[in-house]
Amino acid sequence: MIETKGLRKSFRSRQGREKKSVDAVRGVDLVVAEGEIFGFLGPNGAGKTTTLRMLATLIEPDGGEANIAGVDLRTNPGEVRRRIGYVAQGGSTWDESTAREELVLHARMYGLSKAEAQQRAVRALAAFQLTEYADRKCKTYSGGQRRRVDIALGIIHEPKIVFLDEPTTGLDPQSRAHMWDEIRRLRAEGMTVFITTHYLDEADALCDRIAIMDHGEVVAEGTPAELKREISGDVVLVAIEGSAPEAAGKVLETEPYVTRLEATDDGGLRLYVNDGARDMPQILRALDAAGITLSSIELHRPSLDDVFLTKTGRSLRES
Amino acid sequence: MKFARDTWLIFQRQFLLLVRQPVWLFVGIFQPVMYLLLFAPLLKPALQASSNAEAYRIFVPGLLVLLAIFGGLFQGFGLIAELRAGVIERSRVTPVSRLALLLGRSLRDVVSLIAQAIIITLLALAFGLSVFIGDLLLAYLMLALIALMTSALSYGIALVVKSEDALAPLMNTIAQPVLLLSGILLPLNFAPGWLQGIADWNPFSWAVDGARALFAGDLGNDAVWQGLSVMAVITALAVVWAAREFARSVR
Repeated sequence: MIETKGLRKSFRSRQGREKKSVDAVRGVDLVVAEGEIFGFLGPNGAGKTTTLRMLATLIEPDGGEANIAGVDLRTNPGEVRRRIGYVAQGGSTWDESTAREELVLHARMYGLSKAEAQQRAVRALAAFQLTEYADRKCKTYSGGQRRRVDIALGIIHEPKIVFLDEPTTGLDPQSRAHMWDEIRRLRAEGMTVFITTHYLDEADALCDRIAIMDHGEVVAEGTPAELKREISGDVVLVAIEGSAPEAAGKVLETEPYVTRLEATDDGGLRLYVNDGARDMPQILRALDAAGITLSSIELHRPSLDDVFLTKTGRSLRES
Repeated sequence: MKFARDTWLIFQRQFLLLVRQPVWLFVGIFQPVMYLLLFAPLLKPALQASSNAEAYRIFVPGLLVLLAIFGGLFQGFGLIAELRAGVIERSRVTPVSRLALLLGRSLRDVVSLIAQAIIITLLALAFGLSVFIGDLLLAYLMLALIALMTSALSYGIALVVKSEDALAPLMNTIAQPVLLLSGILLPLNFAPGWLQGIADWNPFSWAVDGARALFAGDLGNDAVWQGLSVMAVITALAVVWAAREFARSVR
């Protein structure tokens, strides 16, 4: 449904007198299949939004190719626009308009007749549980309601693909859960959904496949399960009482079942092991023999953050 | 066909939002009325006009041109608010004509200006102005061109600078010399030669001369077709440029 090759974009920025060129996106290759929820995961500034805006025809790529819903992005952006929907991060509604007015106008900007646009608006309002507020001004809506109007606008013309830029940023947990349901519903209706997110749990729970992006490049791509499987085994988090973690690190370094070991920010240790359940007692014994007392020990299945950490050397939570 | 439909679509939307906030009409009328009431009485002696009617015939067209220039130049502020709300970005992902995004808005500004101009003309008629209807309509055409041009310029500049903080001083900087060099408040016949020389390079001074000739009933005066032509050419350039900004502006 989407295929890109070497897509890139740099921006000129001025710092004092010096003009600098910043590579926002440095050659992105992606394949997104029809009917999946594809997630772009990465910290702020990784180039997710820039890539999305290029795919949505809002900015022109400096180089590379992209084919979207069977249309070449570079040579025929007008036709791409007809086939995609795009929902920006910062909202898209006008305070003084009502949801119904916005939906009808938007449908008509896609060339639908007035009657058809009105019917679509009624359906969209019902589907997004907005009928009750349809004729109130957008400025009276809650954050979650307003975001639902944004999504309804993005799909009013029944596109094949919809791009959602950080669809749940700024929403409370309940609205977020609702939004996930809405997004799954879009997929159930046969739409391909392309979202960006910097939430690990969102990428994990919602997306069929994800690409992890950092510094303008895709550093990993696959299903969440595949990516986590790449990090073989489990993660054991160990916190040491009193003494510094170095001593414990020295002891555990030499244990054969520990594949990787690193210090965490809060003074503990993160151990990568093949089989947590079997190896944990051995860790306890080894530390006990060295006279080191634990304050806590936890077993984790690897998370997408661990994937991010191994690919970029940083934790997504920190960046 | 699609372009005309798209323009109508954007115009309808913008017009509806405008009518919903009728305060603009009050603000738009209040200031010119103050000019009519508090400034115009000074004019008859200052211009050595033979009657109030003659003084109005000189002053009212200038006032209307002033209104058209300023009314248009400050429309960009509304667009910056729309940019911030994401309305422009939302429009730009649809296949809607980029020229329509501009023209729909600018035509709304033209219509609201003409509405103000009609009210002010009616008031001035009550004060003793007299003008032929045909000449008046041509003068309104001149005003419409000016409003279209200045609002298109304002939208284009708003898309480039993207911030009210930059737009406000920029527009004031443009508007002030334009105002002083157009002979709007007083005709430039009183100006020393060098000042008249500079004013000849101000397109709006051509517009003001043309509008004054029309209000004076002097349809055959060269100033009329010259003023209209100068305005038409610059308006076309402004519209093309601003529509391009709509096509390529980022966020």
